[in-house]
Amino acid sequence: MFESPTRRPLITGKTSYSQITEDIIKPIEAKPTKWWYLGFTVSLAALGLWLVSVTYLLFTGVGVWGLNKTVDWGWDITNFVWWVGIGHAGTLISAVLLLFRQKWRTAVNRSAEAMTIFAVICAGSYPLLHAGRPWLIYWVFPLPNTYGSLWSNFNSPLLWDVFAISTYLTVSLVFWYVGLIPDLATIRDRAVGLRKKIYGVMSFGWNGSAKGWQRFESVSLILAGLSTPLVLSVHTIVSFDFATSVIPGWHTTIFPPYFVAGAVFSGFAMVQTLLIIMRKSMRLEQYITLNHIDVMNKIILVTGSIVGSAYITEFFMAWYSAVPYEQYAFVNRAFGPYWWAYWTMMTCNVITPQLFWSRKLRRSLTASFIISIFVNIGMWFERFVIIVTSLHRDYLPSSWLMYSPTWVEIGMFIGSLGLFFTLFFLFAKFLPVIAVAEVKSIYKTSSEEEIAKTAAKEGINLQEAHAHTNGAH
Amino acid sequence: MTKKYILGLFRDEVPLLHAVQELRKEGNSIHEVYTPFPVHGLDDALGYKRSRLPRAAFLFGCLGGTLGLSMQAWMLGVDWPMNIGGKPALAWVDFVPVTFELTVLITALGMVATYLVVSDFIPGNDPKMPDPRITSDVFCIAISAEGASASVGSRLRQLGAEVQEKEVEL
Repeated sequence: MFESPTRRPLITGKTSYSQITEDIIKPIEAKPTKWWYLGFTVSLAALGLWLVSVTYLLFTGVGVWGLNKTVDWGWDITNFVWWVGIGHAGTLISAVLLLFRQKWRTAVNRSAEAMTIFAVICAGSYPLLHAGRPWLIYWVFPLPNTYGSLWSNFNSPLLWDVFAISTYLTVSLVFWYVGLIPDLATIRDRAVGLRKKIYGVMSFGWNGSAKGWQRFESVSLILAGLSTPLVLSVHTIVSFDFATSVIPGWHTTIFPPYFVAGAVFSGFAMVQTLLIIMRKSMRLEQYITLNHIDVMNKIILVTGSIVGSAYITEFFMAWYSAVPYEQYAFVNRAFGPYWWAYWTMMTCNVITPQLFWSRKLRRSLTASFIISIFVNIGMWFERFVIIVTSLHRDYLPSSWLMYSPTWVEIGMFIGSLGLFFTLFFLFAKFLPVIAVAEVKSIYKTSSEEEIAKTAAKEGINLQEAHAHTNGAH
Repeated sequence: MTKKYILGLFRDEVPLLHAVQELRKEGNSIHEVYTPFPVHGLDDALGYKRSRLPRAAFLFGCLGGTLGLSMQAWMLGVDWPMNIGGKPALAWVDFVPVTFELTVLITALGMVATYLVVSDFIPGNDPKMPDPRITSDVFCIAISAEGASASVGSRLRQLGAEVQEKEVEL
């Protein structure tokens, strides 16, 4: 395949196939660094807080949350939607970018997919616990029962959500594991003793045969083709939870695309936050380069702009609809008692990503890190604004109430971050954080050394070519 | 069961691909080629037919879609129809999201299960591979020693391979 030799490298420095194996597998074989222990301990502590909050909740009941008759969805659903949204980047990177043959995905897909799975687990915990009696959660599935059988209500978007989230978790997990098998075999073939046994079982007898790779590529491509509409359907269905209701501020047809864009936006921000920490702490700068950070920031800019336009469209449509309730809901969002949440959302989601028009900021680690945190905060507030401000002023002013979380809700939120990061630290320790085989497959076209060789052969001055593309940026 | 194989080991995929093409042109039959990552064009060079897994996926998709839609239609339309504000019990538009999700779920699970079974990838299986370095940086052509021409070893060397003869199960 022809590849322009003036393209920016995706693997920098001196590398070779065996060096790639070494660089990525080494951290799994070595003792964890003190940074790993520190991060893991902090995450475990937060996870402990989650256990305390959830135990108290289960023994007492959902009344321990700050919900009331008017605001009956609060932090729980805010956190649910926030986590599901974060879970969207992994599949987008691994599936959509695979279909578009974007080579830069190879360095980031593995950790982004892991993040997807952990985020969806965190998300799932909220409706599960909001159900009040999680041990009866199988009631949501259409199982024969003694009431008739009285089946689940397939007309309800909440049930669609059950199917969407559980399918999404299952398919993401399968996609992730299928991709992991060859890399687990790489660990197996370097290891001895118990580690060899464990990774041997986990790698299913992978042997790297040409037939095996042919099937592997075929399966990956179809899973990518399936995951692409799946990822779009998941947040669409989450948005149906709101859009199919008749609550002013929720009852809008713009919700599905607006939620999907917001999900990708927040997901990439979370990937960015984690990758910037990971490349530094695991010394993966050769594989997760500034070019990777740059392209992801471009996606944050695009999706952030879509989200910003959606906010403005929503406001315009509320006015244009001439429905007083709809208009009131939006004026109340921006200037009512929760104005601070609205303007936090606007600042973090609409203004900060626009800074990425600057190439300098896109390629600055500090700026990318700070902006990605801002986006995470902004997207959390977006869900809070949509849920709480739309609910807290009912049709009857006598039921206008304010909502604030209790320690249990705060504990569960911080705790779910603990759950997420605990799982992520375990992943970083025991599994290859970069898809080893896939990075090797782009080595010839995308490594700094090979690009330099091709350029020399064709008599191209790389510095000049790059200076030229910089100007075009 | 172990058999004797002539192995040609390479350190790069370009000479490997060339060697496979040359060897096949000269009428040698290659048992299998092992690589650390998918090498573009290798399956064509080996004359492998396209995988039939997409067809399996399509069939599982049809199964999932049919099951999903008929399950909902039977449950809400036949077995226990409910009167919700006089709306029709068989509101098929409402069944689209769950039908879609079940189609995707059953396609993915069915196809991956097929993939694992046909490739003999079962947890705990021993890898049948000629050299453990294949999952890192070695590319290997395995030719069954039985019935191979006497010159195949020297030809492999000529094509840039390091040649070994090994008694292995592949």
